[in-house]
Amino acid sequence: MSYPPGTLIRNTTAARINHWITATCFVLLMLSGFSMFHPLLFFLSALFGGGQWARSIHPWIGCVLLVSYAGLVVQFWRDNFWNRDDLAWTGAFMRVLRNEEESVPEVGRFNAGQKFVFWSMALLVPVLFLTGLAIWEYYFGEATSIETQRAAALIHSYAAIAAIIIWITHVYAALWVRGSMRGMTQGYVTPGWAGRHHRKWLRSLVETGSVGPRPRPRG
Amino acid sequence: MSNLQSQDFIRISATTLTPPSARQHVQEVAKLIDVTRCIGCKACQAACMEWNDLRGEVGYFHGTLENPMDLDPNTWTLMRFTEWENPKGDLEWLIRKDGCMHCEDPGCLKACPAPGAIVQYANGIVDFVSENCIGCGYCIKGCPFNIPRVSKVDHKSYKCTLCSDRVTVGREPACVKACPTGAIMFGSKSDMTAWAGERVIDLKSRGFENAGLYDPPGVGGTHVMYVLHHADRPSIYAGLPDNPRISTLVEVWKGVLKPLALAGVALAAVAGFLHWITVGPNEVQPEDDIAAANLIRESRGETTGRAT
Repeated sequence: MSYPPGTLIRNTTAARINHWITATCFVLLMLSGFSMFHPLLFFLSALFGGGQWARSIHPWIGCVLLVSYAGLVVQFWRDNFWNRDDLAWTGAFMRVLRNEEESVPEVGRFNAGQKFVFWSMALLVPVLFLTGLAIWEYYFGEATSIETQRAAALIHSYAAIAAIIIWITHVYAALWVRGSMRGMTQGYVTPGWAGRHHRKWLRSLVETGSVGPRPRPRG
Repeated sequence: MSNLQSQDFIRISATTLTPPSARQHVQEVAKLIDVTRCIGCKACQAACMEWNDLRGEVGYFHGTLENPMDLDPNTWTLMRFTEWENPKGDLEWLIRKDGCMHCEDPGCLKACPAPGAIVQYANGIVDFVSENCIGCGYCIKGCPFNIPRVSKVDHKSYKCTLCSDRVTVGREPACVKACPTGAIMFGSKSDMTAWAGERVIDLKSRGFENAGLYDPPGVGGTHVMYVLHHADRPSIYAGLPDNPRISTLVEVWKGVLKPLALAGVALAAVAGFLHWITVGPNEVQPEDDIAAANLIRESRGETTGRAT
């Protein structure tokens, strides 16, 4: 894909495709999972062709998400390491919420909020996968004890709720911080966007003469 | 299995509404299995297959009278045989007819996520309504007695119906009708409890001092009860739970956390919306563009000859 001149690449084409596969899986899992979580939401199973279909397709979508999220981890883990800047940024979080970003400490490609989303999903996705296997009646109904399955069902439900709440903040942040969504759809952002939200990232790109998403290796 | 008494439900799985409760006079029923009078003939097992039209796959002989070796979607009741050495050193042959206990507080129904897939009639019978079953197996996790089995063929869960179709039209369950020794009795729960009391007195007079009725209070009592010669230790009867109750894990899973979790999700969405209408979007300002442009220009000045 070609990017408009003077813009910076926020996410590569591969990363964007990978992201949207994960996002699609997540939404489908959330809808089918909700239908089995609370009676008030059972109607959502109709979107999948009924309760039997929602129940049978849910674990398969989960398998796709596990692989897809692993791809995101491979592509993004290096830029998600926790560092000193994150502490300073977290300290200024109330100013971030008030859109007073001029006085907020500079951060690199991802801020502490984004890193939190990344790492909590990196924890929750495997937890959901493993507990999901234990309660996958058709293939693993006899693989573990019933007591184990009870614990797995409990953990699976509430880990999913945690993931959904984190997902809501992720989606809202993308809508709130204008220009972010384009960074994940068409893949580019303006230098002004980068300077406002991720100035250290902008500096690292400019210093190495890179158009993103990562600084050009030195030497 | 069937959906015959829609006015008689007292509990319906996965519903937030009050079940129909027009009829209040229905008498609670119970099946009483007198283990002390059972001869292990399996007539009940055959009668169950016959009435419910169940034909499991022919299996293999495992060197025990127990056959098949476990309950399955085609085996809703099963004779379990235990050779138990009593404290005197004598062998006692304990034979227990296993199957759904029709709990007053059914764990399967509590765990079920499909509206109307599990119902409890006013007479106490707990029934699976196949057309509503989604095959998730949550009933297995909810059950304290390890009874329901999900079919690999049609993905529906099955168990004893207490012959709800027969009971509806005033007949006794097929196993009761077939029992040649009167070890399986059927009637109102109060009658069966009274009859069991007489049996217990008789057994005690014959030296079974711990004889008693198994009607476990942990699940609110059951609509299938046992007379046991050793009611102080039910678990010697092929693992009959000593004090069955719905697992705490299931209670937490299906308890107050569930509406709270939904409230949490809704709250996150509402918080986002409130932020949007109070603080609003975070837009790139003209001065951000200028600052970025300056940064790029400075960097070009320092590192001539390199493209951005």
